Amino acid sequence: MQNNKPEMSVDLCGIPLRNPIMTASGTFGYGEEFVDYVDLLSIGAFVTKGLSLKPRAGNPTPRIVETPGGMLNAIGLQNVGIDAFIAKKIPFVRTVNTPCIANFFGDTIDEYAEMARRLDEIPEVAALEMNISCPNVKQGGIVFGTDPACAASVVAACRAATKKPLIVKLSPNVTDVVAMARACVDAGADSLSLINTLIGMAIDLKKRRPVLANITGGFSGPAIKPVALRMVWQVAKAVKVPIIGIGGIMNATDALEFILAGATAVQVGTASFINPGAAQTIAGEMETWLVDNGVADIKSLIGALKT
Amino acid sequence: MQFTSMILSNVEISPDYWRIRLTAPQPFAAATPGQFVMVGINNTIDPLLRRPLAVFDIGTYTPAQSGAVPQVYFEMLYKVVGKGTALLSALHETDMLDILGPLGTGFEQGDENEEKLIVGGGIGLAPLYLLAKELVTRKSPVRLFAGGRTRDDILCITEFKRLGVECYTATEDGSLGEQGYVTVALNKHLDNLKGKATIYACGPDAMLHAVAKIAAERHIPCQVSLEGYMACGVGACLGCVAPGKGHSQETPDYRCVCTEGPVFEASELKWGV
Repeated sequence: MQNNKPEMSVDLCGIPLRNPIMTASGTFGYGEEFVDYVDLLSIGAFVTKGLSLKPRAGNPTPRIVETPGGMLNAIGLQNVGIDAFIAKKIPFVRTVNTPCIANFFGDTIDEYAEMARRLDEIPEVAALEMNISCPNVKQGGIVFGTDPACAASVVAACRAATKKPLIVKLSPNVTDVVAMARACVDAGADSLSLINTLIGMAIDLKKRRPVLANITGGFSGPAIKPVALRMVWQVAKAVKVPIIGIGGIMNATDALEFILAGATAVQVGTASFINPGAAQTIAGEMETWLVDNGVADIKSLIGALKT
Repeated sequence: MQFTSMILSNVEISPDYWRIRLTAPQPFAAATPGQFVMVGINNTIDPLLRRPLAVFDIGTYTPAQSGAVPQVYFEMLYKVVGKGTALLSALHETDMLDILGPLGTGFEQGDENEEKLIVGGGIGLAPLYLLAKELVTRKSPVRLFAGGRTRDDILCITEFKRLGVECYTATEDGSLGEQGYVTVALNKHLDNLKGKATIYACGPDAMLHAVAKIAAERHIPCQVSLEGYMACGVGACLGCVAPGKGHSQETPDYRCVCTEGPVFEASELKWGV
């Protein structure tokens, strides 16, 4: 038995995280929405809702449907836009001593680069996470996220526009996720986060219609964890940059599995919808697990999967 | 707030309609009419999400133990429509549920001196009882217009009557009250209205739309309580949005039902989208 607290901190491409637990974009608002439920000082970092140059209204409703073990969403990147983010959301971010990672997207390479430039100027933003993989809008990245050459050009443009750490969030809706990962790293990505949602669909038999107004949506929740684990494992073996594992993490066991598969940090997404305090709970459970299992430093588990 | 709650009772009050009573911590007593809770049905991943349910009533009870002090309870009405509500209806006294709430923005109770006209369709009565209970403590008359397909859809009328609320009922098949839509009775009453009134409504979309139209034509303030497909209940998932009055394809204007609502001024919303 050890008497000391285990070392939970990790380094994410130069950003020190007090523990590997982050929140996933689109599941945690801009942080402020969760202050009643999460002590932000108990998690490693939080990621904003995806931001764009102009405010965006998103898709018509229904936007959400539950399926066994998961949910589909087709929000359509509704967000306040970069100007309102700076004016209305940053004042809160300034008060929190936890890294804030700004997720962003654009419709064109120029828009992506402009967003990276704008976010680079905000001192409260610790790092940028590029969404090149939203499945719910025609632009918003789906082209960039499924073709390695397109991905490389948009990542290179953002790389040139910011000195802050640049994380690229990868889509699982590709034939070869490793090729996408390599293209993004070669173009200057400091870190990769994966996976975004899987494109899915739900049908209302009685009405003979799709449930979602958008017809298809992004599938998330515990049902996608096996796919996410596999992709994190494949990508972690192929690239040198730190990986952020995402996909159906509901508890510390799930999070630790991603770390074994090669993730340096993880993002908790859908779980925050069910329990707004999920990220904090998972961070606490993870520390307990390390103590119970005699692991002194979480870093010793990164990629430690025996195969 | 988030808390573990014990079921005190869970009974079917009409075919497929249930009424559940749950324990709550003291601060829950401050919940306002129109607010809701997110109910975690169980700890499995199917159903994965919580269910949003309106607060029907709040009160205190004294547990049957010597020396027990009064405790807060709250009640909800729900209709069994899918897997989550079916599982909820199978739970018993002393079973535990995880509750998030009270959440959302409830009804504005407005002017003391105007008539309060409450319109409920089917399970839409759920958030209206607590409202009626508060409104009757103020001097103005409170009337309830309750509608449904059949008499089975008209819930808890006796209790509204017990509060001193004057009740009008309408059913589509005529099995209780007037035959037809509840809006007919509402219109009839408004034709003879003397003085000011405010309308409070909750029910199916078609009913809300009709009530909003009546209110707009007669220039009567009207508040509606909406339902939405939501995952979180705290303004993060953005699943439950409703189009606001300025909404169009070119100038989108979505309001968050869980935080900005569920109660909205009818004139603030875009109807018939």
